[in-house]
Amino acid sequence: MIEARDLTKRYGDKLAVDHLSFTVEPGRVTGFLGPNGAGKSTTMRLILGLDRPQAGSATINGKRYVDLKQPLRTVGALLEAKAMHTGRSAYNHLLFLAQTQGLPRSRVDDVLAMVGLQEVAHKRTGGFSLGMSQRVGIAVAMLGDPEIFVLDEPVNGLDPEGILWIRNLMKALAAEGRTVFVSSHLMNEMAVTADHLIVIGRGKLIAESSTQEFIERSSEKSVLVRSPDAARLADLIAAEGGKATAEEAANGRAETLSVRGLDAPRIGEIAAAQQIVLHELTPQLASLEEAYMELTADSVEYVVPGPHGRAEAGAAAAEPTGITAPGRTE
Amino acid sequence: MTSASPVAPGRAGGPAVPSASRNVGFGHLLLAEWTKIRSVRSTIWSLILLVVVTLGFTGLFTWLTVLQWSKSDPTQRAQIVADPVSTILGSGLFLGQLTICVLGVLVIASEYSTGVIRASLLAVPRRIPMLIAKAVVFAALVLVVGECVTFASFFIGQPILHSHAPVSLGDPGVSRAVWGAGLFLAVLGLFAMSIGAIIRHTAGAITGVIAFVLVLAPLTQLIPGKIGKYVHGYLPTEAGHLIGQAHQQANQVLSPWAGFGVFCLWTAVLFGIAIWLLVRRDA
Repeated sequence: MIEARDLTKRYGDKLAVDHLSFTVEPGRVTGFLGPNGAGKSTTMRLILGLDRPQAGSATINGKRYVDLKQPLRTVGALLEAKAMHTGRSAYNHLLFLAQTQGLPRSRVDDVLAMVGLQEVAHKRTGGFSLGMSQRVGIAVAMLGDPEIFVLDEPVNGLDPEGILWIRNLMKALAAEGRTVFVSSHLMNEMAVTADHLIVIGRGKLIAESSTQEFIERSSEKSVLVRSPDAARLADLIAAEGGKATAEEAANGRAETLSVRGLDAPRIGEIAAAQQIVLHELTPQLASLEEAYMELTADSVEYVVPGPHGRAEAGAAAAEPTGITAPGRTE
Repeated sequence: MTSASPVAPGRAGGPAVPSASRNVGFGHLLLAEWTKIRSVRSTIWSLILLVVVTLGFTGLFTWLTVLQWSKSDPTQRAQIVADPVSTILGSGLFLGQLTICVLGVLVIASEYSTGVIRASLLAVPRRIPMLIAKAVVFAALVLVVGECVTFASFFIGQPILHSHAPVSLGDPGVSRAVWGAGLFLAVLGLFAMSIGAIIRHTAGAITGVIAFVLVLAPLTQLIPGKIGKYVHGYLPTEAGHLIGQAHQQANQVLSPWAGFGVFCLWTAVLFGIAIWLLVRRDA
């Protein structure tokens, strides 16, 4: 279990982490979300004792990281993937770390096999791709077979297969009762990986809840209705307390409605009662990415003015993301 | 890359890790630092360069000295005859020592430039034992190589110089000077490593150390009067060099051992600052 209490870190006059408190529980994957520059990496560095907070504390199973006897056996961390000596082999990088913990050489071979790097283990890491470096980083995190994992953007630079591998690995580790704390700036990635979410912006806690709760709370529900008798249906829906907005159809005929305030079964019943033909009746969920963008819109650190003066990040969210929120597939 | 199975069968963390060695001691850290030092090529190259440069220039300079013996200044000749070992060791090591300056900075500053320091400190979050282990391993390595180089240097220079300035290991102060020159290299390594740990930037620290050792410290000889003599005499590397002489010369304020002691003191202070900063600063 990881606990942050009132964690505060200031670099010069910039407040990177602002009185942040949260708990990361074992047995589940906890996603740590926030836009670039939100303070995710800094928070992780504070937890791992690399940086010292100005105020507050971070503990691992009740102890400060500094006080852990064999830290790599308790916490496995992946920070920057490329943090290796380019002239040293992956094997030797893992070996010296294993030696600091009194781990046998065989463990180095084990973790190299686990991440699929046996064949390049003795090559210098300078020639490694970002994806390969990321795998070395995962191997380092796994080295001490720890019960707690702290992973900073582990899917960065990985191909789709690698992303799936990490995702499954994190889920399997959590299923064994381990604590998995993983940061990302991609909501969609977290939606399919994390059980629990901690969202921060500008160093402050924005939201903390289960992923399901987050999706339900953040997504505005609506129902898409297509009917040749759309105008009459809209009046009936309004009479029942719903709000129907006509949407421009492709052929110019306003036969598509977006309904809020009533759920799909109720709309179906209304239509049936009045014998109105329905061509489509689909519950809609706003994309998770949109909900996340909205949530963090005020705390985006670096904004590019868009064509309408809005942040480019917000404009991008309106684009189809290609990944469907879990609710939509039901 | 496709050979990675998504999740290892059984436990996701792989086979259970034996928990036999629960007591992790300083010995493990020494082993880890030895792995770090031996597994990068800069170590090998620096040490090869130390050997080649030192032995090469020892041979070259002593040979040139002999070649120009009749044409050289009589006071200089008297100096060489009075302390031949200092001439032999001084000629090659003056340049050879630079490789140790570079390597000393590299062993710590490269950890910062590559980001390995984060991995190191996650493994040893108390930090101080890591730097001490590194210092012990590095100093021991330089000491061993350094002693080999200084003895080899002596045995190259001695026969060349023999016709004009005979010297043997049995002469007073000579074997101490040869041993001492190796010791000097080891402490110089720690001196450079401490500066590397303080500055944390490879290029900056290397430039700083070399500028000091090669230019600034010798230049203080030009400060006139007694003050100049003392300032120069007590500077770290200038004082440290004295151990490589058979005996104290008239214009020197410190004896060989005292000079070496002063150098060790400087290094200890810098190492102390390095440790203090290591614990205090964010990594």
